[in-house]
Amino acid sequence: MSAIVESMSKPAAAAAADEAARRRRAGLAERRRQLRAVLLAVLPPVLGLLLLLLVWEIVSARNSGIPSPVVTLHSAAELFAHPFYDNGPNDQGIGWNVLASLKRVGMGFGLAAAVGIPLGFLIGRFRFLAGMFNPIVSLLKPVSPLAWLPIGLLVFKAADPAAVWAIFICSIWPMIINTAIGVQRVPQDYLNVARVLNLSEWKIFTTILFPFVLPYMLTGVRLAIGMAWLVIVAAEMLTGGIGIGFWVWDEWNNLNMAHIIVAIGVIGVVGLVLEQALVFVAKAFTYEDVRN
Amino acid sequence: MDANEQKFIDIQNAEMSFFTKKGAFNALRDINLAVGKGEFISLIGHSGCGKSTLLNLIAGLTQPTAGMLLCANREIAGPSPERAVVFQNHSLLPWLTCHENVYLAVERVFGATENLVRLKERASAALALVGLSHAEQKRPHEISGGMKQRVGIARALSMEPKVLLMDEPFGALDALTRAHLQDELLKIVAATKSTVVMVTHDVDEAVLLSDRIVMLTNGPSATIGEILEVDLPRPRERVTLAQHPSYAQYRGAVLEFLYHRQRHPAQEAA
Repeated sequence: MSAIVESMSKPAAAAAADEAARRRRAGLAERRRQLRAVLLAVLPPVLGLLLLLLVWEIVSARNSGIPSPVVTLHSAAELFAHPFYDNGPNDQGIGWNVLASLKRVGMGFGLAAAVGIPLGFLIGRFRFLAGMFNPIVSLLKPVSPLAWLPIGLLVFKAADPAAVWAIFICSIWPMIINTAIGVQRVPQDYLNVARVLNLSEWKIFTTILFPFVLPYMLTGVRLAIGMAWLVIVAAEMLTGGIGIGFWVWDEWNNLNMAHIIVAIGVIGVVGLVLEQALVFVAKAFTYEDVRN
Repeated sequence: MDANEQKFIDIQNAEMSFFTKKGAFNALRDINLAVGKGEFISLIGHSGCGKSTLLNLIAGLTQPTAGMLLCANREIAGPSPERAVVFQNHSLLPWLTCHENVYLAVERVFGATENLVRLKERASAALALVGLSHAEQKRPHEISGGMKQRVGIARALSMEPKVLLMDEPFGALDALTRAHLQDELLKIVAATKSTVVMVTHDVDEAVLLSDRIVMLTNGPSATIGEILEVDLPRPRERVTLAQHPSYAQYRGAVLEFLYHRQRHPAQEAA
């Protein structure tokens, strides 16, 4: 208050200059604060990456088999210049290989969702079914999905469906388990509301169970996609054909380490994108009260 | 009022035991109570005395281990929209807007006989009754606790229930909001002539709202200790009522019961 009175008593021009200076200072401070925030957000990841490059450089300098970051960058530029070339089944661009792997993951994952999510709902809703399936799930969940590959090969008599089968097996468990947990956690209050309103089982499912379980389900889906992307690389190394996993193995046989390192980067980026996409979807479907 | 209307809800020798790992726990015994049509009944008692258990029995959410409960001469076999419940923690579905929460109830009760426009009007009318027309499209997490509880009341009223059951409906609210909602409830009940059974632990609330106050003894094996007829003129207004000569007397009677004759178990131990 006194500050205003003071500035009013001064000549108007001086007061205006004062005001402008004050605003300039405030603007400057604000800009400095923003700069700091940006720096703090950007600097640590950049430093981390630089450290990684440094370690890589040192390792490659001491080991002639491992290409340096610069060499790798060159071979990556070559690969990415023509990602979709096709010289017959054994020589295709890295883009085709990634797409082939994604297709397998999509199929195995989709089938697992189609079976696992309804099964999770049933196990969560009916204690009897939970008693039936829980021991099976507990027993089979820790088994490496690759152990299932021979069974897939035997049953389907082909490499491609066997890889899809391995993806199916590895991604079904988190979807069953998380969906069932979600259903079991539906608050009794909501179910009491359903009972007082005398809602039909279908209405209970669509208006209470499904919206409540959705975030749990999406967590399961997210875990499953991460697992599936881990497993596909290993499965393809065993089954061969076309796919990023086999591509890595093929390049190992060619002793082309630069390509392998590029492939590792590509696998990481694709996995990150898949995961982040599902995190985004999960956030969009999580309601305030459920989040707490 | 004929005999049927005097015994609109009729509880005969109801008993409720829970079977736990530690053996049977007898919560309620020998409950005999008749609630008349249009009557406002409060159930009051210390925490753990089984007042919510009794309300759940009337709602049909649980079944008595012995005895019988009738509503409009029919046995209460399970929950039904004709006995609407206002839950203590509002129990609104967080993914539905206020209007959709109420509509869910309306659709269930009137969906078979009325068209969509009429159903939506009913939901809107129920929200208007509790003064929440402006919040129709908001979701529960966007509104205050008092407003949520009002949506819960609107949802119950929208079903045009024969009986309104309220489980400490204002327990979680601050004193001013609570007073405001009590006043609104008085008006709504006067307008709709609803039969109400309300669980409360607030003596003033019980005296202000009720026609009769049912006082429960301490559990386990709680039963009705005393029933107090509150003969205060309606419509009631909280400020003038506080100066009414009988008001202090009723209030005193309930306090006497709760703090002298049925001291809280924790207080007795102290």
